[in-house]
Amino acid sequence: MNYYEALGLQTKLTLDADDLKKRYYERSRQWHPDKFSRANADEQQKALDTTALLNDAYRTLRDPVARAEYVLEERKIHPAKTPPPELLEEVFELNMALEELREGDQSVRPQLENTKHKFAHMLDEIDHGIAVMSSLYDRSHDESLLHAIRSVLDRRRYVSNLMRDVNKELNVDLSN
Amino acid sequence: MSTFQIDFGGGNSPQKILGIDLGTTNSLAAIMDLTGPRLMTGIIPSVVAVSEEGDVIAGEEALQMLVTHPERTVYSVKRLMGRGPADIQDELKLFPFRLTGLGDAPSDSMIHLQLGDKVMTPPEVSAHILRKLKWDAENVLGERLTQAVITVPAYFNDAQRQATKDAGRIAGLDVLRLVNEPTAAALAYGLDKRKEGVIAVYDLGGGTFDVSILRLHEGIFEVLATNGDTHLGGDDIDNLLMAVALEDIQSEWGENISSHSDAVQLLRRAVIQAKEKLSFVPAAVIDLNYNDKHYQREITLDVFNRLIQPIVERTLARCRACLADSKMSVAEINEVVMVGGSTRIPLVRAEVEKLFRSRPHTELNPDEVVALGAAVQAGILSGDVKDQLLLDVTPLSLGIETMGGLVSKLIHRNSTIPASAVDQFTTAVDGQRNVLIHVVQGERELVKDCRSLARFDLKELPPMPAGLARIEVRFLIDANGILNVTARDARTGQEQSLEVKPSYGLSDEQVEAMILESFDHAEADMNERQVREARVEADNNLAAVEKARRNEAFVALSPEERQAIEVAIQGLLAVYHSEDHHLIREKIDVLNEVTRNLAENMMNTAVRGALKGTKL
Repeated sequence: MNYYEALGLQTKLTLDADDLKKRYYERSRQWHPDKFSRANADEQQKALDTTALLNDAYRTLRDPVARAEYVLEERKIHPAKTPPPELLEEVFELNMALEELREGDQSVRPQLENTKHKFAHMLDEIDHGIAVMSSLYDRSHDESLLHAIRSVLDRRRYVSNLMRDVNKELNVDLSN
Repeated sequence: MSTFQIDFGGGNSPQKILGIDLGTTNSLAAIMDLTGPRLMTGIIPSVVAVSEEGDVIAGEEALQMLVTHPERTVYSVKRLMGRGPADIQDELKLFPFRLTGLGDAPSDSMIHLQLGDKVMTPPEVSAHILRKLKWDAENVLGERLTQAVITVPAYFNDAQRQATKDAGRIAGLDVLRLVNEPTAAALAYGLDKRKEGVIAVYDLGGGTFDVSILRLHEGIFEVLATNGDTHLGGDDIDNLLMAVALEDIQSEWGENISSHSDAVQLLRRAVIQAKEKLSFVPAAVIDLNYNDKHYQREITLDVFNRLIQPIVERTLARCRACLADSKMSVAEINEVVMVGGSTRIPLVRAEVEKLFRSRPHTELNPDEVVALGAAVQAGILSGDVKDQLLLDVTPLSLGIETMGGLVSKLIHRNSTIPASAVDQFTTAVDGQRNVLIHVVQGERELVKDCRSLARFDLKELPPMPAGLARIEVRFLIDANGILNVTARDARTGQEQSLEVKPSYGLSDEQVEAMILESFDHAEADMNERQVREARVEADNNLAAVEKARRNEAFVALSPEERQAIEVAIQGLLAVYHSEDHHLIREKIDVLNEVTRNLAENMMNTAVRGALKGTKL
């Protein structure tokens, strides 16, 4: 049973958060191991497995990004292994600045702060893009949209990794 | 009366489940009643001692022995649960734990404590506290209790949870559920009030600190995030005060008393008294009399606050991290609930109020609320509490070791449990027959900075070229927060054999052996218990016969039958106060035998009565 089936849903990239929560709570009340403490071993195991699936499903589907990743994974549309080419120049400059900061050059700090804000802005735009493409896909079921979402998700993962690196270096330096 | 009575007695309800707060400093137990959770025991000190006769004592008596026989006594054993000798070096500097068998044991072996001439593991020590609670509760309730819910700090890792479960088994308890302490407190707190909204629970106990943020909605208690420190609590405050006093004494008396364990325990007691007073008055005196010498030192609240500020700050840092993980802002927290004896400290209350910008709830007794919550969870499990459901989380991320000593995370912290993850494994070399999986718990990127849980050995793989095997391993964290691992061959679907080597903890066989052992040594207790149980049964039987006297079936008995019943009653009463449970049981059997006819007739009457009321 996949995550959508576990919550009695059609596979869609856009979901109503309140409806999702309601379904999750209802099924948890029915299947939680607490309700089976005096049942036999088979029933207990079933309750445990079902609840684990429900929890895994709810955790994944309530987050639009994790949800999209899950749908693409189910469709065997795998992430790209190489970084998005349009970001290469950006990354090159960033790594230079990070290197300089590590060597003690505080003058690059404003540049890095700037980059950080740029990344945060990019992530917002990406998330907005995913939301738009998700609802388009749910209406049209156009395969090519899934591949478009894939490349946006790849970009997203890459940007958030870069953001993490920047944050780490900026914070390390603050604590010194 | 004979066993037929169950057919119309109506009082044969299923066994109660005991809710237990197994604390660092104190422990207590409660059950769920028709009216709500109710304490079944007093607050007993979590102290265990071995008497000179070799008897194991738990609770208040053991606490007395802490001063008279410190070498035979152990306290705060919760700090050692699920840990190995290598990671308790810091504890050993501050606590008088007498370890044994440390010399040539490998670093990841079990801790053994020396108590007089006995050697015990931490789960065994805890088992004696649990057994004391079980017996006390059975005495109050007049029923046998074999099932329990035990609370653990939310931030306990897998090994610490497993050790707690083992302690229950050793004590003869079937542990149906481990519940996180702050969550239990939330259950007790929110039960009758039908609360809605988001609450934070701040739990500073004797040895551990937890903070949890929960959403309460239509009886569902959903934990959003939890954080904590399993080695931060009132004990640490005591140790700070002790350090001050020991330094004073050194300069006043010209003597370092820290090597005299009786003096240290007297001082510890004096320090705790002063600390507790400081929750109510602006200054208190640490007062020690030892070997005709007298030490007095006044501690003002001001000095005390400055001393403990770093400890309070450590708890606040955990609270901020928990807030961030819960994705809640301070403004969204509706209420803060305070749990644990250390939350009586004014500075703690003031700082928590400042952080969450709301006045903390202190109307529930912070020492009792966790046990009451454990009883509520017991009620949920037994079905007595119907509308409440607890959705808790795992406090720590679960991962496996990958190339270069890095951790690959499979289940992230604050995931609702039960939670699972599946990963595929294969071979690296042609003909490789087994794969080793190292599972760790923690938030850091390197294996060496995380907590090793276990090594799983996938064995007896069919020999084939490298990379061809596809073994699917499923990691499942159950509702107790304990890891279960299963493996299957993804190609054949067959279960794959898996050998587990826990990094810390007891094997099933060891636990089994400990259960038997504890029974061997408790023969005198056993007899006492059996006598008590036999008397309870005698009471029930005598009461049933008295009740039956009013039944028409009793009137219908022959004079001989009635005479036999009176003789049997007198026979049972004659042995009622003897110390021989066999004798009491024998007389109960006699009474059962002579009332068999009566019970049958009563049942028939009852059945006829029931049928009369039914439309056929």
